Amino acid sequence: MGALVASLYSTGNIDPDWLRRNSPFILQGTQTTVIICVSSIILATALALVGSVSRLSGNVVVNSVASLYVSLIRGTPLLVQILFIYLALPQLGIVLPPLEGGILALGLNYGAYMTEIFRAGIQAVPRGQREAAQALGMKERLIMRRIVMPQAIRIVVPAIGNEFIAMIKDSSLLSVVAVTELLWRARRVGVRDFETLQALLVAAVVYWTLTILFSFFQERLERRMARGDR
Amino acid sequence: MSDQQPRYPAGTMPRHLGDVIVRARGVHKFFGELHVLRGVDLDVWQAEAVMLVGRSGSGKTTLLRCLNFLEEPTLGAIEVDGLRVEADPLGRRGRGHGEEIRQIRLRAGMLFQDFNLFPHMSVLQNLIEAPMRVKGMSRDEAVSLADQFLDKVGLMDKREEYPARLSGGQKQRVAIARALCMQPKVLMFDEPTSALDPELIGEVLRVMEDLAHEGTTMIVVTHEMHFAREAADRVVFMEDGQIIEQGPPETMLNDPRDPRTKQFLRRFLDSGGGPGAD
Repeated sequence: MGALVASLYSTGNIDPDWLRRNSPFILQGTQTTVIICVSSIILATALALVGSVSRLSGNVVVNSVASLYVSLIRGTPLLVQILFIYLALPQLGIVLPPLEGGILALGLNYGAYMTEIFRAGIQAVPRGQREAAQALGMKERLIMRRIVMPQAIRIVVPAIGNEFIAMIKDSSLLSVVAVTELLWRARRVGVRDFETLQALLVAAVVYWTLTILFSFFQERLERRMARGDR
Repeated sequence: MSDQQPRYPAGTMPRHLGDVIVRARGVHKFFGELHVLRGVDLDVWQAEAVMLVGRSGSGKTTLLRCLNFLEEPTLGAIEVDGLRVEADPLGRRGRGHGEEIRQIRLRAGMLFQDFNLFPHMSVLQNLIEAPMRVKGMSRDEAVSLADQFLDKVGLMDKREEYPARLSGGQKQRVAIARALCMQPKVLMFDEPTSALDPELIGEVLRVMEDLAHEGTTMIVVTHEMHFAREAADRVVFMEDGQIIEQGPPETMLNDPRDPRTKQFLRRFLDSGGGPGAD
């Protein structure tokens, strides 16, 4: 990256003055991007918890609804889902502000993928754990909440981390519906001044930094959760 | 007790110390086409230690698991401490049946080959979880009960440890304490030492022997013949999904009548009788 910047600079493609004037405007988008990601991952996790339990439920209706949700979301592009919420729902009289609508779209989308991750996590908890809990007279709900889920979540933490990193990058798709996050800001000043190269570089560096920072925390979290396990 | 069908050879009936705690009647179990239990009747009296022995595949583990409905019997009835539950293999009785089963399980503690401690909880949490959340005990009550049983299995110093830090023998002893905390009427052990390194087997068997001598009602699936000789009030030999012969350990292990029991014991003692024989 450094070499790339250096070579661009030496060929006259980098204008420090432009960067100094416009970087703050782009960097302000970082906050929005982080807000989008954190809100969406919370929504997605909640959906995945409900979704995964439903997918494993013996109740046919509950199971079918969850399966339809996963199938529908995974079978259509995220961009289509974002545009659907922003452009198509208003035709049905449902108007959501861009930021909230964007968070809803990302949350719904990642919720579906994470439903499958959680389901696999629940199924990865050894059968004997459930049996031991049953033998102690625990009821289904209690077993799920106290015995299975805590262990399933430990199993899926690395996968959720990966989903979060993917989400940091996918949040850039919200730029198409005028959410003033990183990419939207970079595109705006870049196009205005015909400086798209520099503008996108700034945005890219921020995305990269965010993912590196998050990976660092993820590693620490995993190490902490591994304590006492097995 | 008119409906009981004793299979004891004459004169070997053990003296009974109290009521029947566990009663299985006409228990059949199919796994698909496989007929694993072929009509088992079994009575276990208060304070009796019954050892189920037999070659692997004879149905002894399945029988044990049917007694607390970890496997639903295909046919028959199970009674534990006066609560009788009929087999309901198709789940026709729905929720009510589930609750009956839960009541059976509250009366019958179960120990597993691979312990099944909850890895995300400390030893103490493992012990107080069910008493608090199932029986509604206060934390103080549950903790004092847990301490009492931890002391009994000799693991007071491991109270705050996580299961990952314990040896196999310690894990099984914690599991025993966990089961005791629910104050069940009968403890059921499914090959409790089969997953243990040989040098760790003794500590678990000692705890079990103490329990047996204190008058804990126990049903144990085991390959440990020495242990059976020491701790059993009755040895039950199973073959091909049926109870073939039963009686006091001296008779059963030294002088069995049924040729199949004889053959099993001969082979078993020849092969050293270790846990690897399964």
